[in-house]
Amino acid sequence: MARATSPRVPEDPAGLGRARAAGIAAPALLVVAAFLVFPALWTLYLGTTNYRLTGFAARHPRSVGLQNYTNVIQDPEFHHSLWLTFEYVIVSAVIGQAVLGFTIAWLLRDATGWFKRLIEALVLLAWILPSSVVAFLWVAMLDRDAGTLNALLRTPGTAWAIEHPMAVIIVFNIWRGTAFSMLLYSAALTGVPPSQLATARMFGANSWQQLRDVVFPHIRGHILTNLLLISLWTFNDFTPYQITAGGPNGKSEILPVYIYQTALFDGQMGLGAAISLLMLVINLVVALVYLRLLRERRQERVAA
Amino acid sequence: MKDPTVRAALAKIGRYTFLSVLLGFFALPMLWLASAPFNAHPTLDVSISSFTLHNFSVLLKDPYALPSLWNSLLLAGGTALLTVGFAAAAAYALSRVRVPGRDGILYALLLLSSIVTGTAAMVPLFQLAFKLHLIDSRVGVILVFTGGLIPAAIFILKDFTDNTPKSYEESARVFGASPFQIMRHIVLPMIRPGLATVTVWAVVNVWSSFLIPYILVRNPDKYPASVVLYTFYTEGGQPNLALISAFSLLYSIPVIVLYLFVSHRYGFRFHGGIKR
Amino acid sequence: MGAHSAQSRNLRTLMAIGAAAAVLVAGCSSSSSGSGSKPANVNSANQPKNPTLVITANDIAGGKNSNEANWIQKTLIPDFVKSEAAKGITANVTFRPNGVDDTSYKSKLALDLQSGTGDDVFALDGIWVGEFADAGYLKPLTAVAGSQADSWDGWSQISQSVQALGEYQGQRYGVPNGTDARVIFYNKKLFAQAGLPADWQPTSWQDVYDAAAKLKALPGVTPVQWDGGVPMGEATTIQGFLPLLAGAGGSLWSSGKWIQAGAAFKAALGFYQKIYGGGFGDPVLQEDAKGRDKSFTDFAANKIGIYAESDYMWRSVVNPKGGTAPMADRDTAVGYALIPSETAGSGVKGQSFVSYSGGSDWSINPKTKYPQAAWDFLAFLNSKAETESRIGGAALITARTDVNQEVLANDPMLKFATEKVLPVTNFRPSQAAYNDVSNLVQKAVADVVGGKSPADAAAAYEKALEALVGASDVAPGP
Repeated sequence: MARATSPRVPEDPAGLGRARAAGIAAPALLVVAAFLVFPALWTLYLGTTNYRLTGFAARHPRSVGLQNYTNVIQDPEFHHSLWLTFEYVIVSAVIGQAVLGFTIAWLLRDATGWFKRLIEALVLLAWILPSSVVAFLWVAMLDRDAGTLNALLRTPGTAWAIEHPMAVIIVFNIWRGTAFSMLLYSAALTGVPPSQLATARMFGANSWQQLRDVVFPHIRGHILTNLLLISLWTFNDFTPYQITAGGPNGKSEILPVYIYQTALFDGQMGLGAAISLLMLVINLVVALVYLRLLRERRQERVAA
Repeated sequence: MKDPTVRAALAKIGRYTFLSVLLGFFALPMLWLASAPFNAHPTLDVSISSFTLHNFSVLLKDPYALPSLWNSLLLAGGTALLTVGFAAAAAYALSRVRVPGRDGILYALLLLSSIVTGTAAMVPLFQLAFKLHLIDSRVGVILVFTGGLIPAAIFILKDFTDNTPKSYEESARVFGASPFQIMRHIVLPMIRPGLATVTVWAVVNVWSSFLIPYILVRNPDKYPASVVLYTFYTEGGQPNLALISAFSLLYSIPVIVLYLFVSHRYGFRFHGGIKR
Repeated sequence: MGAHSAQSRNLRTLMAIGAAAAVLVAGCSSSSSGSGSKPANVNSANQPKNPTLVITANDIAGGKNSNEANWIQKTLIPDFVKSEAAKGITANVTFRPNGVDDTSYKSKLALDLQSGTGDDVFALDGIWVGEFADAGYLKPLTAVAGSQADSWDGWSQISQSVQALGEYQGQRYGVPNGTDARVIFYNKKLFAQAGLPADWQPTSWQDVYDAAAKLKALPGVTPVQWDGGVPMGEATTIQGFLPLLAGAGGSLWSSGKWIQAGAAFKAALGFYQKIYGGGFGDPVLQEDAKGRDKSFTDFAANKIGIYAESDYMWRSVVNPKGGTAPMADRDTAVGYALIPSETAGSGVKGQSFVSYSGGSDWSINPKTKYPQAAWDFLAFLNSKAETESRIGGAALITARTDVNQEVLANDPMLKFATEKVLPVTNFRPSQAAYNDVSNLVQKAVADVVGGKSPADAAAAYEKALEALVGASDVAPGP
């Protein structure tokens, strides 16, 4: 292994020291304190009020304690929305983006030439195009009468976004976000020593065994980062609103859309803030699950 | 055992079929962007029934369309610069100096960033910018974006700084390099692919964002392209497809160029880094 | 990765800091307070000689409402500056364009006004007046500009019902500058093919069903488009449901109370059941996130027979000059008729024909430093000469009767709208809760379009309404 993991190397090899470390981390921490922590906590505070953007509650917001939370938790629309969100995150991010991203990275790891460049460019293009533009592209592609998809599949008159709204936004999100996983795993795969793969092959390991025994142990940290980030981003992704508007009849009303409708369209800032905190807690639980899964794997390896 | 060359050939065919299908999947939605801007009366189908550049000449004369692309560049560039600079420094510091519970703090910040980038934080962000006299200021928009993006940027970059071999830094130190020289000449080149990724990611985030710049900016001469794109609708909310498709194309070109540049210059393919 | 215990410990610390900061924030965010609404002592005699005004509207040159934006910048402001100069006042006026979707514009306006800044004179949708007044973002015009706001000569040219667009709880908060009218548009070419008259005027809902039945025989034609989905938003309420409710003799709000979903409410939903359950309309289109755009395109492509819409359809959608779905033969191919009550005389106030109208206002920021100049601008903007100049020959229904009489004579549809429709039209309640109630209406309509019975949808509406505004604010009605 080329990595320097020997105990001789100290954790702080550059001799940074605590004071200097604090100094170089300070700008980031200051910006974060002022423009992230402060407004986020303020938002959480709004979640305990009935504050609205307009109307009487805008002038005289009242503290309502946990009422927003109890209202939301009892709202069947919220339960529905929550399940849709889980479905959306698990299928489109954890399964879709991560698996597809890894697959592309793995298949293209040794490839060179125009084919590889073309695939990477298209996958990345889907990721970097502005979200309002891609929403338009998908609306055009899925259109009932003029859409490219119906022309291609010879299914005239199929209103995809209405008949299969969840499938549409799930496939959309896979299309949209696979690039990040692909990039991350391509980078991670370069860190897997080719010598170890060669050794494994020499001992007759098939592809799956190579992946399991050589590749995964090396990229575990990257998998964790990847899952944490794409889950969080997918939980917060608002672009599906521009394709299905949460419809029809709330069938694709995932939580970010639910929050948007509540906070911006209905102007119920307090309620929207409360739902945001609930979403944060759910994200935290999801993160703990990931951490636990990866820790178990580490113990397995030690035992093996 | 079957003939290994046959098996290898089959595997290769399978792989390329899969990749070709993938290619189609990723390319299909983009066809509209290639056709509609050049159509005199664009609809939602992919066709050029009557080729024209008229849609673009209208945009050239539009008082806000082209300047808005420049504004987007300023906002995205400023945000990317601050985000990458601050986050890289913080990621390096966090990965080299033991801070109790740093991962917990980092993740807590990441979670809070999901609140701030959502709709519910609109009022606090506006009020904050207002109290700091940052309304109608590009700096204000950049700082708000940067605050929301830094946690994820640190998260991504810390993986890179964690994984660079510490022995290089140690050897440099043995030869008398100062910590800042080590950062500049050893750490920075090694995490460059990570910096490139985070830069593009930050730019893309800012490039798409509508609500934050719209509520914080007053002077329309400072509107970014994301806001101007939303103005090509009628009073009843019907899209002007001719202008929207043409502007979508113009609006997408800078990020595509950025991707090509970064990919050419810094290797999106992550070939840089450690030579073994 | 850090240990669990370290992580939770740090989270706990963070939460403690958070709570402290929140208390701090609570202190600064609740510092705003409103003052009374007695007439302000503002008059032209003692005003500053160099007023600075910023004007804002949801318009932008090159984009949404481009004509109005250009007019404000190139004509209105220079004209105003000149007229002030004649009075010895050097006014410095700038226009701040927006031109985005109404929800975003409303949010920005609200944020600006709640922070105590905001532009001096601004345009807003008439339906926001109640919400903004309750929030303290708007004050009665007399409280801002003094008694001159009531004695303005322009009021005599704005009909009482149109004035309601700027009123809330009996007081004037804004000057209406335009309105619209809902009618039934129909495609004369399809009518001819179906054997229907070119000059069609239904006098009952049954007449609409009968025409739809004949249109249904035409291949590839959707007989009726009656906005009925949640994605269509307010369009479903104002031009879909409300004219039907009025045609059955009902309303959403009356004498201080919201109205239960009674017989009229169920009858209106019954119309939807007849259209979408009977194969006369396309229920899928109502659920489409872009359903309104698509139905406009379909109408222009001669694929829809009957379409309930406002005059917006005529001037901005199928207009051969600059419409989003232009019809070159609009003037001969598109007919228009009054929306009938359920049966003759069954509508509100015993009317046989009904409509609903909306519109926008201009108002003054109560925190303006130059209330006199702001009022002068408002009055100037809504004067006869400037109103004519604003629409610049384009046919648009303004708030002023004198202008409408002159300008709309050239456009038969808009002439029809002002002469025949405005006298029978209704306006939505300017209550702060209207937006929320409207969402409930859309849900009820969507339920019926989706196959639910009108009785069930009405019951669900009533339950949600009571939860929203409180049972004591809901009363029985027709």
